[in-house]
Parts: sequence; structure tokens; C-alpha cells
Amino acid sequence: MRVTLALVALLTLGAAPAPRIVSIDLPFDATPFPELGAGAPSPDAINNNCLSCHSAEMVLTQPALTRAEWAGEVTKMRTVYKAPVVETDDAAIIDWLVANSARLAKAGG
Amino acid sequence: MIARRRFLTLAAAGLATPALGKSIDLRLPGGPSARRLTDAFPGKRGMILQRTTPPLLETPLAAFDTGIFTPNDRFYVRWHWPFPTEIDPRAFRLTVDGHVATPLALSLRDIAALPHFEIAAVNQCSGNSRGVFEPRVAGAQWAHGAMGNAVWAGVRLKDVLARAGVKNGAARVRFSGLDAPPLPESPDFAKSLSVDHALDGEVMLATHMNGEPLPLMNGFPLRLVVPGWFSTYWVKMLDRIEVLSGADDNYWMAKAYLVPSAPGGGIAPGTKDFPRQPISTMVPRAFITNVIDGSRRHWQSALPVGGIAFGGNAGVARVEVSGDGGATWRDAALGRDAGRYSFRRFDTIIAAPRGATKLMARCTSTAGDIQPLTGIWNPGGYLRGQVETVAVDFI
Repeated sequence: MRVTLALVALLTLGAAPAPRIVSIDLPFDATPFPELGAGAPSPDAINNNCLSCHSAEMVLTQPALTRAEWAGEVTKMRTVYKAPVVETDDAAIIDWLVANSARLAKAGG
Repeated sequence: MIARRRFLTLAAAGLATPALGKSIDLRLPGGPSARRLTDAFPGKRGMILQRTTPPLLETPLAAFDTGIFTPNDRFYVRWHWPFPTEIDPRAFRLTVDGHVATPLALSLRDIAALPHFEIAAVNQCSGNSRGVFEPRVAGAQWAHGAMGNAVWAGVRLKDVLARAGVKNGAARVRFSGLDAPPLPESPDFAKSLSVDHALDGEVMLATHMNGEPLPLMNGFPLRLVVPGWFSTYWVKMLDRIEVLSGADDNYWMAKAYLVPSAPGGGIAPGTKDFPRQPISTMVPRAFITNVIDGSRRHWQSALPVGGIAFGGNAGVARVEVSGDGGATWRDAALGRDAGRYSFRRFDTIIAAPRGATKLMARCTSTAGDIQPLTGIWNPGGYLRGQVETVAVDFI
């Protein structure tokens, strides 16, 4: 009887949530924002400011946005999410974003 | 070493990319539409890579063709902030505090001792299908696969709250998880429900989905399940329940995930000032999953068309299918009813015209809501519910 009870206790424990430590390794993507060609705005500012919280895909998957829309996004990242975007880099970041949108619009998606 | 040399050789020839070539075209108007398909995330396979960090992984629509329950390894993933990649279930505690008689720190064993509850329910991102909004809007550029259906198993929220004893005057119940922003001043993710909703006996804390422990990326060891409501409320890695005696003015309730208060949640594109309210319940949707949008296929006189539908905050009463762009419709046969919050399979056979045509499926919920042919627009890209079109060219 005592043995049976012990078995039941063991089985009950076995049904409880897995006691093992659960651990995963996430992939990492360090791909920088690309150069857009001769004479185009440099990606240096966006690479320096916009990759510490999210990978570049977040930006590169966006549709073609206007300068005002991109400026709004940069402002939102700084004021709402407190992203450490250097304010003097805003113009260079937005220039690259607008140029990339123009490239996308030209490619017709 | 050989593998690396081979990779470098291929890379030099322009043949090797980290994606090893597999990609999918999401057909987002104006693009960019190409996404990599990835197996790189632990416990996930064949996912549409929207973003690596923090992960945004979308389920290809074809994965919904195999059954009404979305396999855990195909279930979409969406995180705002970084989250722990290692969880010790023995050390994990769920804190229940705030406007309660007895603050609690519950272990997973304590939670498992409460009465068992399970429910089939669709989990859909508020911004599912944002990428097909026109005019386009900023945000995660999902096609239609930021959703999934599972049997969620665990315990009722009301049983957890009963142990703590909700005090008179409680107004909201707020939920937050182990995910945390990289900077302390950024807004930590938290969502809240009214006390009445929290105590309705359907809102639950899930430890398992589809018979397995939650995958870590889907919220292991505990996530909130809010049947009929958008996934923004289904807080993952839930470790804090706070009963509030007043309104919840935290950023994620007061500023984010807001929709126009107008009926249906739509406004004219470009409208700046309009009343807003937190997003809440889902709307009916149907998706053809056996014919891929934008495909060419050999004409056949009798074409099987099938897929999945859900009623939003109600069951599926009816699904109609059109093979001629909405000119004529026929009722599809409905599959097994796994509950009002679940996907439900539909199937029919249509007489397809030759050449290019548009297939459509339209769901009517048990609440009488029917999908409209034309959609709404809002700046968040939320609440899409119009009839979707599958363009196909029969040759």
C-alpha cells in the first residue's frame, strides 16, 4: 500500500510542469543597412543608431513611406520607446530612409 | 572547415545566402514582398522571417491547410522586447498582487493544482494582414499568417484570482511578462482587462498548447489566453497579475493598440484627429488555404476550394465561396465544430472559369456578422476583416 502511494505521488509529480530548465539559442542577424550607391545618402548614421534594439529587417520590410512619415517613426522611437538615437543624426537617418523608399518605389515592389 | 570553405566558394559565386535560397512572395501592394523562409529558430520550421530581433515569425497560409489546429512548430511568433531564452520552471513564480486580500507568489506546481481548463481558440495579432492595407501603413508588415489556432490547457484566471481574493472596488486586472525593454525607461509591456472580463471563466492561464508545454517563443511557461480577443492581450511568459482599483494608463493600453472608436474601427485615410479606444474583439475571417494567391494552375472543371474560417468573438455559422470574383457564391460544407473560438474547416467544389479569376471565401459568424467585400482603413493597420481575394490563373 505504502509503495502504491509512493508510486502515485511520483506519477502525480510526473504530470506537473516539466521541472527541467528550458533553454534556447536564438539566431542573430547582424546584417547592416546597405549602401544605396554613388551619391546616395550614407547608411552610417542609421547603422550607428538603429540596430541596438531591432535587426535591420524591421526597416527593410516597410513600404515606401514619405519623409514626414519616416521622421515620425524616428521621433516615435526616441520619445516613446526611448531609443538612444543621437538627435544630430536624425537628418542623416531620415535621408537614408527616404532614399531607400525611393529605391523601393522605383522598383515597383 | 570544408563546409566553411564550400560556403565561401558558394558565397563568392553569389549562390549562398543565410536563407539558403528559400523565399516566399507575400504579394504586399507596392512591396517589398519577398521574405525568407527560415528553420533557424529553435522549435520552429518553415516560418516567414519578418524580423530576427526581436523575433517576428509568420505562418505561411499553406500551413493552415493541414488541419484546424496550427502545429506548435508552425505557430507564429511576435515579441516587442527581448525575453529570457532560459527559464527554470522550478524557480518561476507568478505574482498576484495589487487590490487583493492576499498577495500571492504561485509556483507552476501551485497553478497546476487548480482545476484543469482547456479551450480551443484562435490567437491573432491585432496587426495581422497589415501589409495588405492600402494605403500602406508602418508597422510589422504581416500578410495573413500572424494567427494560429490551438487547444490551450491550464487553469481559469478566475480560479487564480479567487485564491488572491479580489477586493471591492477593483476595476482592471493588468498582466505583464518576463520580456523587458533593453533600457529601463522604455515602456514595459503590460495589458489589462476589466475585472468582469477577467472573471468570466473563459480567460485562462495556459501552460500547454496542443498537448505540449508552450514553446518558449510562444510564452513558456505561462501565457494569458483571452478567447475572442486579439493577441495583444494574450501576455506571454506571464509573471505578474496586478489588480487595479482604477483605470490602466500604462502606455500599451492608453497609447498603443488603439483603434478608431467609430463602428467597425475604420476612418478615411489621412484623418488625423479622431476618437480612439483600445482594440478588443476579433471579427469574422475566412481564408482559402488550398489555392495560393497569385498561382497558375491547370484548369479543371470541378475545383476543390477549402480553407479555414473563424467567427471572431463568436462561432462560424456559414462560409460561402465564389469562383468569379464575388459575382456568385455557393455555400461550403463546414467541418467539425471545435468550439466557438476555434478555426473551422470549410470545403466545397466550384466550377472554375478558364483564364484569370479571383477566388473568395466569406464567413458569417453565429452572431450574424458577415465579412464585407470592401475593407476599413486605420493608421495602425488593425482589425482587417474584409473578404480576401485569391488571384489564380487557370491555364
